[in-house]
Amino acid sequence: MPEGLALALALVVLASTLGAAVFQARYVTEAAAATAGALLLVAVGAVSLSHAGDALRELAPTVGFLAALLLIAEGARREGLFDAVGALIARGSRGSAQRLLAFVFVVAAGVTAALGLDATAVLLTPVVFATAARMRTSPRPHVYACGHLANSASLLLPVSNLTNLLAFHAGGVSFARFAALMVLPTAGAVGVEWVVFRRFFAIDLGRPRQPEAQAPRPALPRFALVVLALTLAGFALSSLIGVQPVWVAAAGAVAITAPSLASRTTSAAALARAFEPGFLVFVLGLGVIVAAASGNGLASAVRSVLPTGSSLPDLLAIAALSAILANLVNNLPATLMLIPVLAANGHGAILAMLIGVNVGPNLTYVGSLATLLWRRVVHAEDADIELGEFLRLGALTVPAALITATVLLWLCLKV
Amino acid sequence: MRALVWIVEDTWQATVAEAAAYLPADADITLLHVAGTEAEGAARAARHALLGRPHPPPDADVQPLRAISEQAAEELLAEAQARLGRPARRETRRGRLEREVVAAAEGMDVLVLARDGDHAHLGPRSLGPAARFVVDHAPCRVLLIWPDVTPDVTTIPPPPDTKPPRR
Repeated sequence: MPEGLALALALVVLASTLGAAVFQARYVTEAAAATAGALLLVAVGAVSLSHAGDALRELAPTVGFLAALLLIAEGARREGLFDAVGALIARGSRGSAQRLLAFVFVVAAGVTAALGLDATAVLLTPVVFATAARMRTSPRPHVYACGHLANSASLLLPVSNLTNLLAFHAGGVSFARFAALMVLPTAGAVGVEWVVFRRFFAIDLGRPRQPEAQAPRPALPRFALVVLALTLAGFALSSLIGVQPVWVAAAGAVAITAPSLASRTTSAAALARAFEPGFLVFVLGLGVIVAAASGNGLASAVRSVLPTGSSLPDLLAIAALSAILANLVNNLPATLMLIPVLAANGHGAILAMLIGVNVGPNLTYVGSLATLLWRRVVHAEDADIELGEFLRLGALTVPAALITATVLLWLCLKV
Repeated sequence: MRALVWIVEDTWQATVAEAAAYLPADADITLLHVAGTEAEGAARAARHALLGRPHPPPDADVQPLRAISEQAAEELLAEAQARLGRPARRETRRGRLEREVVAAAEGMDVLVLARDGDHAHLGPRSLGPAARFVVDHAPCRVLLIWPDVTPDVTTIPPPPDTKPPRR
């Protein structure tokens, strides 16, 4: 098959797959669309069977890692970690909305870094909403903070975002080195969010309040915390003891899941839902589809646009272009497209790309422009979503956070 | 006299105290709470931003947050009424705060609400967008209260045409 035709076909398949995922068509799941698209591209020869096999083999550990992380997050929820944290921050805020926001920032950043952005978006956000309601303060700033930090704080560890996991497996940095290079950029991005949020939500946060009854101190689920702490310690030490981090994650998932399986407080069906097999298949299918597009000219097109050096202007350009691409096609396909191009340029370029694809989605709050527009058109119940509010908050935070994080990354790479 | 008292999180206690102090004893009082749906929308949007994750059916997604918000509103109004210490109707609504309050104020003689902006200085900024809209559009008299201490007149900024003293 001629390269141009193969590229065109691969891009059409990619657009349809993303369309199925973004528009949530009722008749075809994301996983089915990605699988069908990948099979079609193999069948017509747009990607050879061996190339497709290579793409799957490269993605398999990442997808396994992701499944383990989703199980750990679900285990933490089952053990009551999120509810306990909600009660704890409500008590710690002592009736102040500003203190509550500070605690939400700490908790959302911590949950995102340790358990990944899914855990913050899916498991923590409803708890924070309930916490604000119970404290009788406006939930707006706190809920928005969860949404934003799920992205901004997801720079820190390879496990914080699927994009990081993909890059981590492609690039040759250890878990500890990744964290050491990204700790200041993460702090910078979160700091920018904090400054903007305090001003943006000044009215919600500044309403005078009178003291209300204090809730009792909740009991923290010790078992879940111990498993989490040991898993994170295992990640940090993984390169020293010569174990792949994915095995540490698997051990953590088994440790937090086995007791409740044995005591029948959870069922195999609930666990199968928790690690989202449909999503894992979607990622694998997407990987093959993007590999087909990359192999037929997309990679060289991207290479001609992206700078290759590791100077500050180059890193800023990589972060900005990655953020733009993430907003056009969503950050998962953007990462899959960018990794093969940037892998040869050293880990500075890869980490700058991650800053772009992780922080960039905050521009629209919902992941990408396509998602935002589609949700406006279709989901009538979303009429209450404040489009202007999302975009203003994004415009105020994203450019500043991108620049701050990238400059800090550049400094960290220097030393 | 039919009186509507807009109960808002944060400033509800001050509003109830002022309503109790200034509304006549025979006033027919309705305590109103409006749940803004914006935060629920933002919570759902954060979840839908995740590409490729299976989405729960819309009901499973929406109902828990809505139930939390409705229960919190019921409890808040019950406590507000206990603090008011008089019989009162309770009304809960959902939607855009300012529009729902104006709609609920139809047929009322007076609406009681707290300022929702800068509470340390006299001036237009003491009203946030929601209270501004309600004050401008209320179809009845309005009793606008300060949620804590009323600022004194020295907090008014100087007239715009006076230049600050130069050295």
